[in-house]
Amino acid sequence: MPTFEYAPAPESRAVVDIKSSYGLFIGGEFVDSAGGSSFKTISPATEEVLAEVSEASDEDVDRAVAAARSAYRSWSRISGADRGKYLYRIARIMQERAREFAVLESLDNGKPIKESRDVDVPIAAAHFFYHAGWADKLAYASLGDNPRPHGVVGQVIPWNFPLLMLSWKIAPALATGNTVVLKPAETTPLTALLFAEVCQQADLPPGVVNIITGAGDTGRALIGHDDVDKVAFTGSTAVGKAIARTIAGTRKKATLELGGKAANIVFDDAPVDQAIEGIVNGIFFNQGHVCCAGSRLLVQESIAEEVEAKLKARLATLRVGDPLDKNTDIGAINSREQLDRITELTAVGEAEGATRWAPECELPANGFWFRPTIFTGVSQTHRIAQEEIFGPVLSVLTFRTPGEAVSKANNTPYGLSAGIWTEKGSRILWMADQLKAGVVWANTFNKFDPTSPFGGYKESGYGREGGRHGLAAYVTTGANK
Amino acid sequence: MSTTTNKPASKTATTASTGRVDVRKTYKLYIGGKFPRSESGRSYEVFSTGRSPKFLANAAQGSRKDARDAVVAARKAVSGWAGATAYNRGQVLYRVAEVMESRRSQFVTEVQAAEGLTATRAEANVSAAIDRWVWYAGWSDKFAQVLGGTNPVAGPFFNISAPEPTGVVAALAPQGSSLLGLVSVVAPIIVSGNTAVVLASQERPVPAITLAEALATSDVPGGVVNLITGVTSEVAPWLASHRDVNAIDLTGAADAPDVVWGDLEAASAENLKRVLRPAGAGVTATEPDFTLEPGLERIEAFLETKTVWHPKGT
Repeated sequence: MPTFEYAPAPESRAVVDIKSSYGLFIGGEFVDSAGGSSFKTISPATEEVLAEVSEASDEDVDRAVAAARSAYRSWSRISGADRGKYLYRIARIMQERAREFAVLESLDNGKPIKESRDVDVPIAAAHFFYHAGWADKLAYASLGDNPRPHGVVGQVIPWNFPLLMLSWKIAPALATGNTVVLKPAETTPLTALLFAEVCQQADLPPGVVNIITGAGDTGRALIGHDDVDKVAFTGSTAVGKAIARTIAGTRKKATLELGGKAANIVFDDAPVDQAIEGIVNGIFFNQGHVCCAGSRLLVQESIAEEVEAKLKARLATLRVGDPLDKNTDIGAINSREQLDRITELTAVGEAEGATRWAPECELPANGFWFRPTIFTGVSQTHRIAQEEIFGPVLSVLTFRTPGEAVSKANNTPYGLSAGIWTEKGSRILWMADQLKAGVVWANTFNKFDPTSPFGGYKESGYGREGGRHGLAAYVTTGANK
Repeated sequence: MSTTTNKPASKTATTASTGRVDVRKTYKLYIGGKFPRSESGRSYEVFSTGRSPKFLANAAQGSRKDARDAVVAARKAVSGWAGATAYNRGQVLYRVAEVMESRRSQFVTEVQAAEGLTATRAEANVSAAIDRWVWYAGWSDKFAQVLGGTNPVAGPFFNISAPEPTGVVAALAPQGSSLLGLVSVVAPIIVSGNTAVVLASQERPVPAITLAEALATSDVPGGVVNLITGVTSEVAPWLASHRDVNAIDLTGAADAPDVVWGDLEAASAENLKRVLRPAGAGVTATEPDFTLEPGLERIEAFLETKTVWHPKGT
């Protein structure tokens, strides 16, 4: 196959103005941290320091929650129509500043600009649009009798989709009349801080949205805070369990979107070329930093060789490198810590006897990089088939019958997502019924939409985000108060 | 146990009017459609509620092994029950009402004894319990339409969200409302296709055992409802920490002796079980008013929403 060389096509950074240091966004203003400590956020592609960010102390968490409480009194009482208008304003400003958000997201997170530009930012804006329309229509949402907000919502989001996760969390909370304190991940705080500016531009009443930066301790302080009424978390299953224990015995409600180990199941009658694209999208989208990534490929034995060969050929064409280059398919791993984890688990994969393959490609000298990697000859008991790697690493397993595919797919404590590739509609419907997963993509993968509930079974957490179901998590009704 | 402290005089062995010696019953567990005794061989005394408590029965005191057996039976029954059509499940739930109706006087007597109610109140209670099965039976083929549907996604995809049962659900039956409360907890769990492991009211288990007999003689497949009698504070933690239980209903933790529901919820975090908390807050958690129309909350608590995507036009 000929190799096509691409000239560099970098997106300009000029559109973004990164400050040297950022305070916390509390009560509508950027304020200094009471604790005074700070940390640096870097570009994972170059290790360049982007900005100095405040680390919120317990006292800062108190201040943020108090600001949210005080704002709640009026925010929960203004008309739904007016709340909706603020959300529409936010959606519009995000669209107006889309390029700025996309560049900043790629800089801070390491994801390719084509993904931040075409996926993260547009869907983030779409979430505000979608929920804006719900604000004055809650009575029609079948949420139960007299749905009303919880109060102050504490939200902790991960580093894989910083702006998108923020939108998933903030938009429904605001639409239903809650106020929020949100903590972005310590490695990717910048787009959340830019979002704070959007709130200011939208004249959102002070305290309705508060953004505090920090790491695990800040998150724990927020979730454990006595005056937080509801918790929303996206992140690892281990942290999710810790949160579930923390709030046990209280009246604090929680939604948890946790890890996954999705099976992407390819039958011998699947449209193979489409399936290959789906497999690549399933696991290599966003460097595999996706909780619903199709990290376990289950191929029907009769076509396993063909699929493996085509997959390798396709992988050889993926371009790894500068996230700001518009031709880049795979950007940087978000942090050294994450790179180490991926490196460790892939070493375990080899040690346990699976066969490792990655295309030859040059990696930049600085930053955190990992080649798109495939493991073949993987069996159910291998750690790489059981544990979430959260990186561009695919494990390939085979099966013979649909029943075997189902039992292998379900053989995991997770249950977030699954994929099915077959031309047989009847089989798709049967498989979809059998799979224990909150999202099932048939002949497609990694599709998201604000109208569609997203969330997991089993240890992938509880609750759904998006759609009417996602809204339900942000209200309480007569019966469950 | 607290109930054994003021032990009343035993009832006379003969019925005064006929002089006939009545046949007493041995009360057992209900697991996998069968009625075993507790593998532990233990039993505990159950008394009536009221001014002069009477001895009612030696109920089986379920053990950890019994609880585990019940979970195994419940797991085994999931695929068949969840795989049944909604129409079929509705008919089965309605059938439970039919069978209970024919045992009406027995339930009235037992509820009266268990809860210390007047005959009239007990009658009303049993009627409400039977009617509740009918109410939930009607939901079997409706909740999916109410709670699911197609999503208008911005792209060439057909996408539908439908609720599904979560799997095996453990339930602590309400301590006070021995029949209506019990039915109000069990019916919403199984109507969607979940199977249940139910821990009966510790001090009022007799109506629960009779309900098990009604279930066994209705069309509810074995294993769909499993009923354990015993000490809540002993058995509940095992159910809460069991890795093969998908969800737990803590309604009956509110008034159970020596039970802190928060501890059970914390144990449930082990495998991220779905938890239905008791009504009210913290130590003031209370039993809900089961005479009210329940709403969808209890069905929803044990459902997962599955969203299926498919390309359209390509």
